[in-house]
Amino acid sequence: MPALKEASRAKPNLASDAVTLPRLGFWGMLRWVWRQLTSMRNALFLLLLLAVAAVPGSLFPQRSVNPSTVTQYLKDHPGYGPWLDRFQFFNVFSSAWFSAIYLLLFISLAGCVVPRARAHWKAMRSAPPRTPRRLSRLTEYGTLELPERLGISAEQALQDAARLLRKRRYRIGLYDVGSDRPSVAGERGLIREVGNLLFHVSLIGVLVFVAIGGLFGYRGQKILVEGDTFVNTLISYDSFSPGPNFSPTRLDPFAITLDKFSVKFDRSSKAHYGQPIDFTAAVTVTDKPGAPPVHQTLKVNDPITIGAASFYLVGNGYAPVVTVKDGTGKTAFSGPVISIPSDGAYTSLLVIKAPDAKPSQLGFVGFFLPTALVNDKGISYASDPDPFNPRLNLNSYYGDLGLNTGQPRNVYTLDTKNLTQLNGRDKPAGGIVLALGQSYTLPQGKGTISFDGIKRYIGVDIRHDPGQVGVLISALAALAGLVCSLFVGRHRVWVRTGTHPDGRTMIEYALLARGENHRLAAEAATIRKLLQQLLSILGTGQEQPRDGMSAATGNTGTTGGTTAATRTSAKDQ
Amino acid sequence: MPDINETFAMFSERFMLLAGIAYAIAFIAFAWDLVQNSKTTRTVLEQSRQAAMSPAEGTKAVVTRRIPVGAGASGYAGIESEGPDLDGPEGRAERPTVPSGSSAHTADDSMRYGPQRRIPARVGVAITVLAAVVHACGVLFRGLAAGRVPWGNMYEFWTTGGLVVAVVFLLVLTRRDLRFLGTFVIGLVLVMLTAASVVFWTPAGHLVPALQSYWLLIHVSIAVMSSALFTLTFAMSVLQLMQFRRDAALTAGKADRLPFMRLVPSALSLENMAYRINAIAFVGWTLTLMFGSIWAEKAWGRFWGWDTKEVWTFIIWVVYAGYLHARATRGWTGTRAAWLSIVGYLCIVFNFAIVNVYFSGLHSYAGVGS
Ligand code: HEM
Repeated sequence: MPALKEASRAKPNLASDAVTLPRLGFWGMLRWVWRQLTSMRNALFLLLLLAVAAVPGSLFPQRSVNPSTVTQYLKDHPGYGPWLDRFQFFNVFSSAWFSAIYLLLFISLAGCVVPRARAHWKAMRSAPPRTPRRLSRLTEYGTLELPERLGISAEQALQDAARLLRKRRYRIGLYDVGSDRPSVAGERGLIREVGNLLFHVSLIGVLVFVAIGGLFGYRGQKILVEGDTFVNTLISYDSFSPGPNFSPTRLDPFAITLDKFSVKFDRSSKAHYGQPIDFTAAVTVTDKPGAPPVHQTLKVNDPITIGAASFYLVGNGYAPVVTVKDGTGKTAFSGPVISIPSDGAYTSLLVIKAPDAKPSQLGFVGFFLPTALVNDKGISYASDPDPFNPRLNLNSYYGDLGLNTGQPRNVYTLDTKNLTQLNGRDKPAGGIVLALGQSYTLPQGKGTISFDGIKRYIGVDIRHDPGQVGVLISALAALAGLVCSLFVGRHRVWVRTGTHPDGRTMIEYALLARGENHRLAAEAATIRKLLQQLLSILGTGQEQPRDGMSAATGNTGTTGGTTAATRTSAKDQ
Repeated sequence: MPDINETFAMFSERFMLLAGIAYAIAFIAFAWDLVQNSKTTRTVLEQSRQAAMSPAEGTKAVVTRRIPVGAGASGYAGIESEGPDLDGPEGRAERPTVPSGSSAHTADDSMRYGPQRRIPARVGVAITVLAAVVHACGVLFRGLAAGRVPWGNMYEFWTTGGLVVAVVFLLVLTRRDLRFLGTFVIGLVLVMLTAASVVFWTPAGHLVPALQSYWLLIHVSIAVMSSALFTLTFAMSVLQLMQFRRDAALTAGKADRLPFMRLVPSALSLENMAYRINAIAFVGWTLTLMFGSIWAEKAWGRFWGWDTKEVWTFIIWVVYAGYLHARATRGWTGTRAAWLSIVGYLCIVFNFAIVNVYFSGLHSYAGVGS
């Protein structure tokens, strides 16, 4: 009785959980390991392990998100920090252990899906399984009887039932036709299993396309001051991280110019005064050398795509325009200086380096404050993000900036080790405070510095991810599969007819769900009603177990709607 | 961008306060429902015990039973006449030998409305409807005040989240009798409203540019709705575990320490109902994750970057995937699956309450402390 075996096996379970003792020998061992790996229990275990393994990724700073916080963390926790680092807790999502878990999971997944797909393919192409001998054992069971006067033979009733099932989109198979107990088997909802397979395969798809994106894509950053033009070549980037298989020939030769960057801060709300409400960059894009320039706008949440690359507005700030003249009166530096905002009022850090200054190199560190106020201790602070009262507050140094040693230097920090301080709050000359348009003469005839203007800059991410579309398609397929697999009910139905010695035609039917299906009772009721209508026996149908078994085996779910009907349709004929 | 309408913002807060008061009353009504049922049950048990001790007075006890107890008793009478397998209200707790999962000492497994009238529960539902309407006005006016969807900071997440929990609960109530969850769900809504007003209060304002996207509408609304469904299943899983223990205790012949659990269906049917709701909520969470990625791609130039919030969204997804698997794994259905459902919900609470506030990341726009 194949179908009853189904019933006792509550779940389709190809990878049997039963632990079979390993046969001796290498292949036996391998088989055993494979069995274990692809068991449902192991899949569950790996899934939960994956969830647990992801937790440290949120507890510890991650290099992939922000490398400088990791550096800071290591500095703050010299004791266990390095140990955490050794066990890759700062690179959780590329760590050996995390990768091992998800790779095992996906191997297990493939090991699950392939045999399952094969089995399902076969099931889809073969007729629904044979009618079990004792239908009354199934959860949804009922009988109908046709009085002799209706003159419907068992054969005829069966054909009618088969037609009905086909109309309800069942795949059907006829059994024992010509015998005195012919039956029809129907099955519906095979799409559930298809959905399940699609879902799991699509997850593999997501993984593969993420990998493709990582291997062949690139990501770079660039800071653009108003008026600057970015040309898409490797050397133009401030930072660039290509995938291992990236080739520079993939960079499209476009150019993009930042014409103007407009910001808008909230001025109407008391509670949120000064909170940003709009950032808009007006840019000019030239697709390739010689192409006509096109004006576009770049906003947060609204990237620009040029060729294969996309531009994202991810940051902004002020670039005060500064001119430094050295002791000889020659201009040693002139231009906008990128300042890094550190709070909502744009208190911005900046560093100016003038390595060409003579007789000694000059360096400046300090703040740009768009709207400077002075507190009662005489310390300036920024009170608003708009440039209502811009000030440059600087300390100055002279000496060796350390730029000639060949070591890469961060342009946003000044190494004061080999420098002598000229200006500062604790120096006799005091700190340098410049309003817009002012200039200052450094002590000891080292030169002058002037604050000539203010520009804004934007930080953009430039990115190309060739796997992205594939990831999206896979994810959508997974979603479709998931919906099918969760909400389509798969079940079988059997109808058997026969002629009673006294001339009545007996019909019995039963339904069996495969897996979770809470709509089975409703479907059984519907089928009963349709059978009654079809055979025009409304009102005569009775809930009667065929072979006199106790009422407990009969179905209670379908009694409702039928007993009330009193019309006998024999008269209609 | 239109100015903030301060009058509407004030209306909104008034509405929230009124809704809070109404929820508190509804909470009391639901609690009363439970208490009254426990009391009724206890009275019935007591009387049947006396009846058992002196068989001569048995009939008298049965007669007096119906007169003094009011609404609760008439409810039982209704059940009594309906259930073929029940031989009397007291009998349902008096048969410690019934197999677990039997309806003998639990409510109807189909979770459909029965014929019994539970007045306090009805009052609770009615007031919850009222509270939800007022609450909806509060959320609506918050949105009108700011000229946008009111999902821009923690205060707004929590007030909207509370509303969705209440509305989802009421919607489910139209199809199934889950009033036994009333105290829990309305209690939770109260906690959310209180937390929003006390801890996360933020005046109405514009959205920061990072949040100005229609994806906010899509992503957050689906996340909140799924979370509301997970809230229901969390409660059901907790009750499932309690019912399971109670069943075991009753089967072992111990006294019924939680008589109000009679209002609650059997562990098995709780499990099945929780599974069905979890399946819907899981699809919702999958959408949350996908829409979140699409939005992240638009805003930050990458669809997935293991930002703290993303990590937790992923963890929640995997835990519930584990739950769905558990339901299909031998030895993991029932109690263990319920625990996974509970763990998943704790992750959601963690993500919503802790990660939003204490973890820094790209998603940090809680609007507190700034
Ligand atoms: C990447 C890891 C995996 C994820 C995220 C995942 C997720 C899911 C989800 C959400 C379901 C529910 C859909 C349904 O009930 O039909 C499901 C079902 C299922 N999964 Fe997985 N799965 C993963 C790996 C695996 C593996 C490794 C196996 C095999 C051992 C497996 C076997 C199954 C089976 C047999 C079902 C059907 C359960 C049922 O009929 O109710 N899955 N999976």
